[in-house]
Amino acid sequence: MSTRGNVWIFIEQEGGEIAEVSLELVCKGTDLAKRLGVKTEAVILGDKLDGKFDSLFHYGCHTVYQVEDKALEPFTVLPYAQALVKLLKEHRPNILLFGATLKGRELGPRVASEMMAGLTADCTDLQIDDFEDKVAKLSYKDKLMQIRPAFGGNIIATIVNTWEDPQMVTVREGVMKLTIPDATKKGKIVKITPELSPETKLMKVLERVRQPKSVDLKKASIIVAGGYGVGSKENFKLIEQLAEALGGQIAASRAAVDAGWINHDYQVGQTGVTVRPKLYIACGISGSVQHVAGMNESSKIIAINSDPDAPIFSSAHYGIVGELNDVIPKIIRAFKAKI
Amino acid sequence: MVFVKQVPDTKNISGEAMTPEGTVNRAALPAIFNPEDLNALELGLQLKERFNFKVTVATMGPPNAAEVLREALYRGADEAILITDRAFAGADTLATSYALSCCVKTVGNVDLILCGRQAIDGDTAQVGPQLAEKLNIPQICYVEEVVDIKEKSIKARRSIEGGFEILESPLPALLTVIDINEPRPASAKGIMKYKKAKTRSELAKLHRDADYTEATVLLEKENELRSKNLWIHEWDAGKIQADINRIGLKGSPTKVKKIESVVLKAGKVVSIEPTEVGINGLIRELIEDHTLG
Repeated sequence: MSTRGNVWIFIEQEGGEIAEVSLELVCKGTDLAKRLGVKTEAVILGDKLDGKFDSLFHYGCHTVYQVEDKALEPFTVLPYAQALVKLLKEHRPNILLFGATLKGRELGPRVASEMMAGLTADCTDLQIDDFEDKVAKLSYKDKLMQIRPAFGGNIIATIVNTWEDPQMVTVREGVMKLTIPDATKKGKIVKITPELSPETKLMKVLERVRQPKSVDLKKASIIVAGGYGVGSKENFKLIEQLAEALGGQIAASRAAVDAGWINHDYQVGQTGVTVRPKLYIACGISGSVQHVAGMNESSKIIAINSDPDAPIFSSAHYGIVGELNDVIPKIIRAFKAKI
Repeated sequence: MVFVKQVPDTKNISGEAMTPEGTVNRAALPAIFNPEDLNALELGLQLKERFNFKVTVATMGPPNAAEVLREALYRGADEAILITDRAFAGADTLATSYALSCCVKTVGNVDLILCGRQAIDGDTAQVGPQLAEKLNIPQICYVEEVVDIKEKSIKARRSIEGGFEILESPLPALLTVIDINEPRPASAKGIMKYKKAKTRSELAKLHRDADYTEATVLLEKENELRSKNLWIHEWDAGKIQADINRIGLKGSPTKVKKIESVVLKAGKVVSIEPTEVGINGLIRELIEDHTLG
């Protein structure tokens, strides 16, 4: 039996509420831990967290390290990094997973730099495999394969951390699937009071304004998304009408968000949300690899575009070449007539 | 100090840059100024106007990356540094941030470092925070606005999940900047002056075939450019006193195991006529297989 460390997940919380991506990572982490024959452990930082994280055990955590200090609420990067680095040096986990959220992408690199560990950003898949470094003539057993899109989404790279553990990654939200939680599962809580040095507390939050997300695209089973081909903010009403008629949710490509027709919460794709609804209707979306990466696991995809050569058609199950102003009302009428 | 990067234009991949197999031909992509680094430079230039900073712009890359430095000079940067050495090749974000930290230390007395949040070739957003850690200074990521700067502190507004916050941090500090401003174009005056700005390699290349004893002439030319403030510093690993084991491939913990091109799978797409008949048929099919209704 090797002295291999466990699989750790950094749990992101806001006001005691755990981010969905953290639960997704507990599920994936549990899967990796089983493969490696080690335990799944989570670390949550904040203040007054008692009773806020039973779900972590339900999804497969054996242990939760509960790190509490006033300076850890709300999130600022310096005390978080210091507290986390101390724990990592003490426990030397094999793997450490972060969500590729604003916080995860701010904290992960700072921690990796101090640990002199590799860090791969925005992974979309994780696997365990052996790795042979042909240049250095070294081979490694059971390493974490860190799979991510790069180069604007045009290539998929598999990356391996060859230095000392932890093997660190940030993972894109919505990519790892939630397993079915088991409410009877329990685990161990280890409470920790970090000794934070004064210079980590020099950064002050003077003001903080948050609004809940205007939409949760990941939960929608039917999505009607508009792209640059919609043409105007005014025309986006067509997208809304179709979504309403079908009982679906509206969404958008980056081009439509950049044009200012709709806000970023609605963006599907590499820099937005990853979705996999039952039905995805892409209206006036050209179909860049960045967009397709966020929706190509939808069960059914309909593409409507006036350009017969638009790349979106190669990702769709059904293609309609036509003007949105003509096609969308026809879909609404057809659906209303049949229902 | 503003750190910038020259990147292939991954966002505007045109037909010519695609191979017949549907993959990207990198060599066919134009090299551009990384977009968010332009936002960082613009912020730097605005702060120069507000607080009388000197703006030094630096990049790590091949000799050709001097082009983005000239573009920064055209826009109003005061000084430019190209960090270039074969020994830096193959660096991941850890090795890169280490090299950049050596550059900052070589410059000395830096109050504020600005970087774009991320570069469009890798999209990692890691070098900024890692550089801050290497220098042991605070970082403020995703900055939307600099509210105020005092002698020893900075107040900045930055984006957080679902909103924003205003942070106060001691200086020196590092800021990563998102798409928050309209970067000014190169000024005609700037271009007139700085198109002559050169690195040592560029100067040497220019006089490669000249028929005179190069060393003295080059030195003369260099001194002339320096005196006119047209000298782009070119620093190698030795000049920034970088530990050779911590740069390039050797200093990079991550290795690339495999790279696959994304080939958009050619369609098994069912073509639907945009007519009442065609669309009625599609809707009926989707209702029957319980996708709709």
